Amino acid sequence: MECCNKRRMMKESPESNFMNRRGSSCFPDEVLERVIGMLKSRKDRSSVSLVCKEWYNAERWSRRNVFIGNCYSVSPEILTRRFPNIRSVTLKGKPRFSDFNLVPANWGADIHFWLVVFAEKYPFLEELRLKRMTVSDESLKFLARSFPNFKAISLQNCDGFSTDGLAAIAADCKNLTELDIQENVIDDKNDNWLTCFPESFTSLEVLNFSILHNDVNFDALEKLVTRCKSLKTLKLNKSITLEQLQRLLFRAPQLCELGTGSFSQELTTQQYSELESAFSNCKNLNTLSGLWVVTPQYLPVLYPACANLTFLNFSYAPLDSDDIAKLLVHCANIRRLWVVDTIEDKGLEAVGTHCPLLEELRVFPADPFAEGDARGVTDSGFIAVSQGCRNLHYVLYFCRHMTNAAVATVVQNCPDFTHFRLCIMNPGQPDYRTSEPMDEAFGAVVKTCSKLQRLAISGLLTDLTFEYIGKYAKNLETLSVAFAGSSDWGMQCVLEGCPKLRKLEIRDCPFGNAALLSGLEKYESMRSLWMSDCKVTMNGCRLLAKEMPRLNVEVIKEDGSDDSQAERVYVYRSVAGPRRDAPPFVLTL
Amino acid sequence: MEPSIYQSELNLEATELRLGLPGRTNNKRSSPEDRSRSISISISKSSSVDSSGPSNATDHDDDDDDHQNSVQPAKVQVVGWPPVRSFRRNSMQQQKQKKDEHNNNNGDGSAMYVKVSMAGAPYLRKIDLNVYNSYSQLLNALQNLFKCTFGEYSEREGYNGSEYAPTYEDKDGDWMLVGDVPWDMFTCSCKRLRIVKGSEAKGLASL
Repeated sequence: MECCNKRRMMKESPESNFMNRRGSSCFPDEVLERVIGMLKSRKDRSSVSLVCKEWYNAERWSRRNVFIGNCYSVSPEILTRRFPNIRSVTLKGKPRFSDFNLVPANWGADIHFWLVVFAEKYPFLEELRLKRMTVSDESLKFLARSFPNFKAISLQNCDGFSTDGLAAIAADCKNLTELDIQENVIDDKNDNWLTCFPESFTSLEVLNFSILHNDVNFDALEKLVTRCKSLKTLKLNKSITLEQLQRLLFRAPQLCELGTGSFSQELTTQQYSELESAFSNCKNLNTLSGLWVVTPQYLPVLYPACANLTFLNFSYAPLDSDDIAKLLVHCANIRRLWVVDTIEDKGLEAVGTHCPLLEELRVFPADPFAEGDARGVTDSGFIAVSQGCRNLHYVLYFCRHMTNAAVATVVQNCPDFTHFRLCIMNPGQPDYRTSEPMDEAFGAVVKTCSKLQRLAISGLLTDLTFEYIGKYAKNLETLSVAFAGSSDWGMQCVLEGCPKLRKLEIRDCPFGNAALLSGLEKYESMRSLWMSDCKVTMNGCRLLAKEMPRLNVEVIKEDGSDDSQAERVYVYRSVAGPRRDAPPFVLTL
Repeated sequence: MEPSIYQSELNLEATELRLGLPGRTNNKRSSPEDRSRSISISISKSSSVDSSGPSNATDHDDDDDDHQNSVQPAKVQVVGWPPVRSFRRNSMQQQKQKKDEHNNNNGDGSAMYVKVSMAGAPYLRKIDLNVYNSYSQLLNALQNLFKCTFGEYSEREGYNGSEYAPTYEDKDGDWMLVGDVPWDMFTCSCKRLRIVKGSEAKGLASL
């Protein structure tokens, strides 16, 4: 429609604009834009943009944040053309299984070209949040130079950079409020990057360098913390001792989120009580993490700060059941809890007893490869938590074996699960009491939890599990499958039965071409499909690529493997066409 | 225990490599000595799904102790399984190593209690090996505890000329004379102590 394209001219004659409009809206563009601009939800904005061209334009002009779940689904040119006024970009790159070494190095997802385009089209860019992207020091330096208003950078599971890149950010981003480095593969050069923040710099609100393994310049850190009065989040690495922690807490009692350093040092009585009082002065603390290397005797210093905690991330602190029980007595307000399985079932009983408001529980394995008498958590701990924590809706549970009955009990107690991720660490492990497959467990989950969005299954599973999923999991968006299923039928059930499915990741399952091709119509409505070590062949992939030209069908080839097999297949929808930066081992069909 | 439906369909068990006696099922737990071994999954090109539990291939009963030290079939750790990110895995591994080192150095104050029995005594005692730094300290303590004497130790003759002698059970379940190996090695391998009559000990010494 002509009125939309002449947006700028409208300003001159608002009345005629008002009169000329037919149909959908009676508002001038500015108002429409203002109203639509208030929409925060991506889904709402997406819906709004489909109403009519006016609304599409109002939406695109007013959009400030954009989230791209797969960096190859769209190109920076297409993005910048549609959304001219973006201030904040979130990009995700590699398939999730790259976290588990299933994607070779140099696969792609390099941020650099995006930054080059952004420098031209979004000079006022303020935030960049990246997950599983490759980020070089060059890119970070370029970023620091190119965006004068840059405020926040968050890098999760990224690789390719070193502390040199951090130094560049520190030195050149005058308005930085957030520097958040999480679980990245980073070259820690131990070169005083913290000293690069200028003396005049005071705007920092979030600082997370917890994954660095070298010492940082403590003097520079202390000065930085002292002058940044708005600092709300501080996550330290393991080089920071208890004594240093106490000094930092003294400088920043306003902290809301704290990641401690090492929680292990010989403290004098004096130091101990200073630390204790530092914690009691932190009245706003709602999140606690870190505790790299814990001496349990010192945990009581945390007790004064526990009452207001809502998120406790002890997933790197292998505490035993007594330690965690004594702590949790003080943590009645906990909503999210991440722990190591060293707390065992007894520790989980304590969780059930003391944390009735719990909504999310993640239990990580201390020793994933141990065998035989290796301890950890079991079905009884799982049940104990579900009995005490009726609001539980997110669980990630690593265990060595499970029973169908236990899972059925858990979901009966907590029917509101939205995320159910059960990892029975022995592949193909049946119900250890009945020796039957674990089909009924996941059947119970999907039948009972109607709000289920994300599911990860494990253990000995036949096609029956997938029949259940296809039949009942109508809100399912993400499904992770490993070592499961009996035939193509299983995968077909899911592809045909789950209308909201967006991400499907499969490894080591007996699904072949028939299964792959049964989803022909489906994949365009999904973000991506990953299949590795299944029974899919190159011919099957070629057929898929031929039938569905708007999908990118990529096969990752390993040296010395059978030419006809497609060991690793990654299928995703894209408006950007095939990748132009694919390395030689990625074949685009 | 019944094998699963899936297992019997593919009959993987029949073709599977395993140690130990046939007829073992999935549910037998392997002995503590196996703790350090990685999960063994037989991965074949023809079937990408493996349903045999890991314990099958590491299964062996106590009689097969000598198998522990013989050449094992190649143990394959499945790439990326369990799905724990490298950073977390490395972090936990480092912590575990530190803890093990600490325990071996006895520096963290934890105790290493072992039972001590004596033929004819009405009940057993327990002592903390960490309290002692040498054989002479240990033997003095034992002699005081049980009101007995061990005499002089010599490599050739053991505790010759005494009424009693100290022996211990090591990790392999064998009964050994106290004093033969270096102190640190002893504290690591000693599971329990037993004070035997001199005549019994002579039997040990003359081997």
